[in-house]
Amino acid sequence: MAECHPVGFQWVMEAKARGATVIHIDPRFTRTSAMADFHVPIRAGSDIAFLGGIIKYILDNEKYFPEYVVNYTNAATIVNEDFIDTEQLDGLFSGYNPKTGAYDNTSWGYEGMEEAPAAGRRLFRAGRETSEPGGHELGGRGASLPHSVVQRDETLQDPFCVFQILKRHYARYTPEMVEQICGVPPDEFARVCESVTANSGRERTTAWVYSVGWTQHSVGVQYIRGAAIIQLLLGNMGRPGGGILALRGHASIQGSTDIPTLFDLLPGYLPMPRAGVHGNLDQYLASIKSDGQKGFWTAADAYTVSLLKSWFGDAATKDNDFGFNWLPRISGDHGTYQTTLDMLDDKVEGYFLLGQNPAVGSANGKLQRLAMSHLKWLVVRDFSLIESATFWKDGPEVATGEMRPEDIGTEVFFLPPAAHTEKAGSFTQTQRMLQWHHKAVDPAGDCRSELQFFHDLGKRLREKIAASTLERDAPLRHLTWSYPVDETGEPDAEAVLREVNGQHLTGEKQGEMLSTFVEMKADGSTSGGCWIYTGVYTGGVNQSARRKPGSEQSWVAPEWGWAWPMNRRILYNRASADPDGKPWSERKAYVWWDERAGKWTGHDVPDFQATKAPSFRPEPGIGGPDGLAGDDPFIMQSDGKGWLYAPSGLLDGPLPAHYEPHESPLRNAMYTQQGNPTREVFPREENLTNPSFPESGSEVFPFVVTTYRLTEHHTAGAMSRWLPYLAELQPEFFCEVSPQLAAERGLEHLGWATIVTARTAIEARVMVTDRVVPLTVGGRVIHQIGLPYHWGVGGGGAIVSGDSANDVLGVALDANVLIQESKAASCDIRPGRRPTGPALVRFVEEYRKRAGISLDTGTTRFTPPDGGA
Amino acid sequence: MRRESFAAADPALDTGWTEAPPRKGFFTDGSICIGCKACEVACKEWNGIPEDGLSMLGMSYDNTGALGASTWRHVAFIERRGPSRSGGFTALPMVTDISGNDHAAAVDTAMHWLMSSDVCKHCTNAACLDVCPTGSLMRTEFGTVVIQAEICNGCGYCVPACPFGVIERREGPADARNVGVAQKCTLCYDRLSEGMTPACAQACPTQSIQFGDLDELRDRAERRVAELHAHGVTDARLYGADPNDGIGGAGAFFLLLDEPEVYGLPPDPVVTTRDLPEMWRAAALAGAALLAGAAAAFLRSR
Amino acid sequence: MVPDATFTSYYGRPVVKASPWKNDIPAYFFLGGLAAGSSLLAAGADITGRQELRRAMRICALVSVTAGTAALIHDLGKPSRFLNMLRVAKPTSPMSVGTWILTAFGPMVGIAASAEVAAVLPRPLQALARPVTVAARPAGLLAAALAPGLASYTGVLLGDTATPAWHAAHRELPFVFAGSAAMAAGGLGMMGTSVAQAGPARRLAIGGVLLDVLAERRMEGSMGISAETLRVGRARLLMRTSRALAAGGLAGTIALGRRSRLVSLLSGGALVAASACTRFAIFEAGQTSARDPRYTVAPQRERIDTRIGQ
Ligand SMILES: Nc1nc2c(c(=O)[nH]1)N[C@H]1C(S)=C(S)[C@@H](COP(=O)(O)OP(=O)(O)OC[C@H]3O[C@@H](n4cnc5c(=O)[nH]c(N)nc54)[C@H](O)[C@@H]3O)O[C@H]1N2
Ligand SMILES: Nc1nc2c(c(=O)[nH]1)N[C@H]1C(S)=C(S)[C@@H](COP(=O)(O)OP(=O)(O)OC[C@H]3O[C@@H](n4cnc5c(=O)[nH]c(N)nc54)[C@H](O)[C@@H]3O)O[C@H]1N2
Ligand code: SF4
Ligand code: SF4
Ligand code: SF4
Ligand code: SF4
Ligand code: SF4
Ligand SMILES: [Mo]
Repeated sequence: MAECHPVGFQWVMEAKARGATVIHIDPRFTRTSAMADFHVPIRAGSDIAFLGGIIKYILDNEKYFPEYVVNYTNAATIVNEDFIDTEQLDGLFSGYNPKTGAYDNTSWGYEGMEEAPAAGRRLFRAGRETSEPGGHELGGRGASLPHSVVQRDETLQDPFCVFQILKRHYARYTPEMVEQICGVPPDEFARVCESVTANSGRERTTAWVYSVGWTQHSVGVQYIRGAAIIQLLLGNMGRPGGGILALRGHASIQGSTDIPTLFDLLPGYLPMPRAGVHGNLDQYLASIKSDGQKGFWTAADAYTVSLLKSWFGDAATKDNDFGFNWLPRISGDHGTYQTTLDMLDDKVEGYFLLGQNPAVGSANGKLQRLAMSHLKWLVVRDFSLIESATFWKDGPEVATGEMRPEDIGTEVFFLPPAAHTEKAGSFTQTQRMLQWHHKAVDPAGDCRSELQFFHDLGKRLREKIAASTLERDAPLRHLTWSYPVDETGEPDAEAVLREVNGQHLTGEKQGEMLSTFVEMKADGSTSGGCWIYTGVYTGGVNQSARRKPGSEQSWVAPEWGWAWPMNRRILYNRASADPDGKPWSERKAYVWWDERAGKWTGHDVPDFQATKAPSFRPEPGIGGPDGLAGDDPFIMQSDGKGWLYAPSGLLDGPLPAHYEPHESPLRNAMYTQQGNPTREVFPREENLTNPSFPESGSEVFPFVVTTYRLTEHHTAGAMSRWLPYLAELQPEFFCEVSPQLAAERGLEHLGWATIVTARTAIEARVMVTDRVVPLTVGGRVIHQIGLPYHWGVGGGGAIVSGDSANDVLGVALDANVLIQESKAASCDIRPGRRPTGPALVRFVEEYRKRAGISLDTGTTRFTPPDGGA
Repeated sequence: MRRESFAAADPALDTGWTEAPPRKGFFTDGSICIGCKACEVACKEWNGIPEDGLSMLGMSYDNTGALGASTWRHVAFIERRGPSRSGGFTALPMVTDISGNDHAAAVDTAMHWLMSSDVCKHCTNAACLDVCPTGSLMRTEFGTVVIQAEICNGCGYCVPACPFGVIERREGPADARNVGVAQKCTLCYDRLSEGMTPACAQACPTQSIQFGDLDELRDRAERRVAELHAHGVTDARLYGADPNDGIGGAGAFFLLLDEPEVYGLPPDPVVTTRDLPEMWRAAALAGAALLAGAAAAFLRSR
Repeated sequence: MVPDATFTSYYGRPVVKASPWKNDIPAYFFLGGLAAGSSLLAAGADITGRQELRRAMRICALVSVTAGTAALIHDLGKPSRFLNMLRVAKPTSPMSVGTWILTAFGPMVGIAASAEVAAVLPRPLQALARPVTVAARPAGLLAAALAPGLASYTGVLLGDTATPAWHAAHRELPFVFAGSAAMAAGGLGMMGTSVAQAGPARRLAIGGVLLDVLAERRMEGSMGISAETLRVGRARLLMRTSRALAAGGLAGTIALGRRSRLVSLLSGGALVAASACTRFAIFEAGQTSARDPRYTVAPQRERIDTRIGQ
């Protein structure tokens, strides 16, 4: 965190100054470790074993928070008897289909549910369609999961209650197993378990902070689930100082999932409609919510219709389903990596790069560049001539002869953008807080904001089709596209924010801004571009522009910016009070039930119906918000409880289980099943994989490689390698290795090393350092190699350049969110520089032969029971 | 040159400023520096300093190397396993360590990554200023030491004079400002004059760089060290905070977690002008000897 | 391997900065000394009526002081701003003091020397040059009065730095440099005049050699570890050459200086060269001592330890 969020890290230092213990779990000793009370070196890709070990410690030593667990989580909920755990199936959950590599999760459901819970956000898997009806991480959570039939055993004794399942599932996640898999010695592991549990309970809370060190894995989502289970068991959710903090990436990366740049989502986490399944609005709504379920998701119809009203305005009427059929449909995986492969297969003609540099930033750089060379046209809007704009003439493949500029027909358009200081807008950060930034200076020359670019593009396209009667042009024709612009043609960003907030379209309040999404109607009388953002323009005031100093308001600082939903700073904060509505402790008081006033109150906006008493119990059968009991804090969950066990919403299992990374030099010590059986793999010539158990040849790539960032650079480098003051701070691409590995492989400090995988070989200066330690894993010494991924070859005017770490990585994805596994892979390393030109290709070819790599290497997800034999 | 001047109360007043604001300075706390180098960059941005070399030095994450004409803040990185040179304990419970292990008792075997941001010390008795033959180096009303670039003739005398190797003559790049002229930290004289905080301190996310009135900073630093000692960080020590040291105390002083030389700082810096009276006496004698010798050379011929 | 920190320096990097000075500066030290010594001989010769010696020495003084000043200016980062030196007079700055001495000294030897030139002009012009001829003696005497300062301040200039070898030598450097100046001027006198008139030059040279050698001995004694820097690399070579030349020059002067013009020429030359070598050697040693952190850190450590010891 000190490396990548240095400014945010000041608050960790502040916490430390106030007595917090800071533990850093990371393969490498980083600037964060330097400030931590202690650092735990761990093998990249093994955290689920580590977290599972903590869960077992909590359960075995009864360190969990009993009242919290029984009342606020689904620990007591009884699960379907057909559910079979990985313990019995040696690494698989019930419902696995080796042919599709996907689960039918019917058997994972709660006992007594009349039909299968939803699969969760992904309606499609790359190539393979999954059987389940739609839903979404928020909405889908238990779509059609009427709470009335949820059965609970609050003694937690029932063998099929979640609590007991949890115990059985993690029974073998012992300290010894943690050592065998993670390389963390038992005493160090014990220190973590003790610190975390000692620091949780009524008086204290522990927070887990992660970023892409946890997400960029073929099991990324389950890493986070592991932390969620710990936090729910310890009662650290919905309470001050608790939670799981996802540190974000680019400014407003949170905003770009709320109002998504993701192919399968509409604003506010509404799923993207699906071709052939969602013929009309009702079908769509039916698949994302059920009136039987608890919580606010039942109003999804109001959110959807309001969205359609803000997009299509008066053209959206009840009779035409509010223009539902003008929305695009998805027909499969349209994620960034799938799209790249489609380019390679000439299925994609044109591509916009608006703030992205895939030639350097995306896994398997060669694949990225080859793919883009198949495009007819490519638009790059960037400050500098990034590698993605020049690869066709100066990329590594040109040097090796794998790409010849004269063969490439791609027409590249390079357009200059305005930087964030040169335009107004909002950033949404990890706390879901919108902060408005005003324009500081005018953009230079022809530089224009994205907003203006798209506004103009939209206007021009609409002119072209103004006369068209074609059905396919209808969406564009009916789009509301009138935004006030200033003399430079820059649209008023606040006008967009107002549209996002939504307003009353009829009635006496007509024209007024909505103040909460609760006001949204499904009858077309309200608009709103993103229901969770409703309220950001309450009272016609841009709430995200508020900058009242902390010294002038409460410690929760509700008047700094604006956080969704409804300016709540901590989600599910009903859980900060006990079932009777009293704070768990004075020290940790946050929101509570005011008996006399008969309402919830506290330091933050209560995340609960304001006047619903803790004692309230709904009539069976009532759904929606009114279906929530007075002690159901998790108001977006279909049963109002925090999910230790996820009956739906995930594609790779209801509980995190340890699998080895897609590429690993080690055999899975926990189960026969080696890797995540549902991971996305792409067998292609351009994306070969290093062998892993049960295949032979893994010894050719005996080392673990992980990639990461340096404080001094930013991602693919355009914003640092082009700037002298940053470039000089970390001028050259290097690899970090331990003294032991250096000795073993003859690597010299400041010398050169060549890193090799099935994809290609790259060269890096050598940094031999004690900060990297060899780990003893399963009795074998495992060396880890660290590669910062900020450098690239080519590009116009870069002050420093170097081989790109992403060139050695392949594409293998987590099934739930399709994130690439760029944090753990296998590789070989040798002293000296790599061959150049065609010799490089031959060099890698020779490695492939030695490892016996073929197209299907590493791509069979399922490990047969006799795998070992 | 007077010996008394060595416990200089307020260098600004000593150098003829009639009414001067309280002396300003830096307390750079190496125990909370995260090595982000924001100070280095902020300084260069604000002062328009040229880029200073693009080669990897292999000194941990330090590719800046040292203070110089085009580097006025320099963050040192030291990787160390085990105890410090002075054998104390370094692990950093910022204040309390509730995990409850008793550091004082333990032997330090942990991995440490010491980081600290170095800068011109703005000495109370500044050798650079003393030896400057043009008066280009001057003492400001804030008690800081600043070069007037338009006066400096690049004689280079201040360079070997500085006991910390801070100041340097800028030799290039040709198109840069003030080539041929000595350069160093100005303690953001321009910003101070506007009542602003120095750029480096402003940028520092952890308040490792604390700017303020020197007296106040010295008290704060004392408290900080006591606090750290109380929690077993026996390696914590102040550097440059003592008005009775060889330079009469630094305007920019530090909290270090190991011996100064480990960070590239001289363990016992002395302003050499302190010995100047003695040197002049020697010169006078030598001159006299020469004169006498010459006279004698002629006398004998009589 | 990133070297660990128990090592007494930061990655072996210098703690102090070596001066940015090139050969101009030691050259200036040498020439300045030469000019000082010469002006002394010239003055003496003037008073004792040694025409030939006076003429030679006055010219030499002018030539060397001019060359020296040129070297000094050439070494500046901004030569055009040389005159900024005269903005202030700072006793805390040996360079300032020296510059003022030089500024006073230069014109004086200038006048004295031009008188010698005037003397060989055709009669009518001589009339015009009268003022110079009149001013020559007082000017020459004034220069002589400034000469000791000019010869010895350079020792203070080096001593008053954080360069370990120089500062460690701060007590002896003025003597070494004064001796060196005498040796050089004496040598030059022997070269520039007939053996008959060169007596004072010879004696000055002999005295100079002795002072230089003795002071240099003491200096090495008080330099501590930084004395090593005189015994390595270029400094070592220069120091040895200087010693050899001085010894040879001394021997020649004593043995045959009074008789053989040739020997006088050779010995004189040797002594001049010896002086130059000493200056360059000491300069080199200082630069070396600044570049190696050991010479900065070790003595300071010792100082602390003894302080704690007490
Ligand atoms: N200076 C700077 N700041 C940035 C960025 C930048 O490029 N430069 N990028 C921004 C962006 S886009 C993002 S997404 C964030 C990312 O912020 P971070 O996630 O902090 O960045 P990384 O350095 O990629 O990864 C963090 C750490 O994960 C560790 N790691 C690798 N594998 C594992 C594992 O299996 N388990 C564990 N426990 N740790 C592992 C790595 O060693 C690394 O130290 O930073 C943002 N901030
Ligand atoms: N091996 C490995 N690969 C990784 C990661 C890793 O940890 N390891 N991390 C992944 C992560 S988390 C991320 S976020 C990606 C980042 O990878 P990319 O997003 O591909 O790389 P960036 O350099 O962040 O690209 C952002 C570009 O936007 C430009 N830009 C900045 N502001 C603006 C603007 O206002 N308008 C326009 N049009 N352009 C702008 C910048 O100049 C820069 O070129 O890398 C991913 N790739
Ligand atoms: S770059 Fe921006 S977002 Fe990242 S740490 Fe610095 S201030 Fe925060
Ligand atoms: S540290 Fe050096 S440059 Fe800075 S004031 Fe002291 S002597 Fe001058
Ligand atoms: S270089 Fe400039 S600042 Fe330094 S001493 Fe000479 S004149 Fe003064
Ligand atoms: S005070 Fe100003 S000049 Fe000095 S280091 Fe900080 S930013 Fe640079
Ligand atoms: S800005 Fe502060 S924290 Fe960052 S390197 Fe400089 S002193 Fe250290
Ligand atoms: Mo990111």
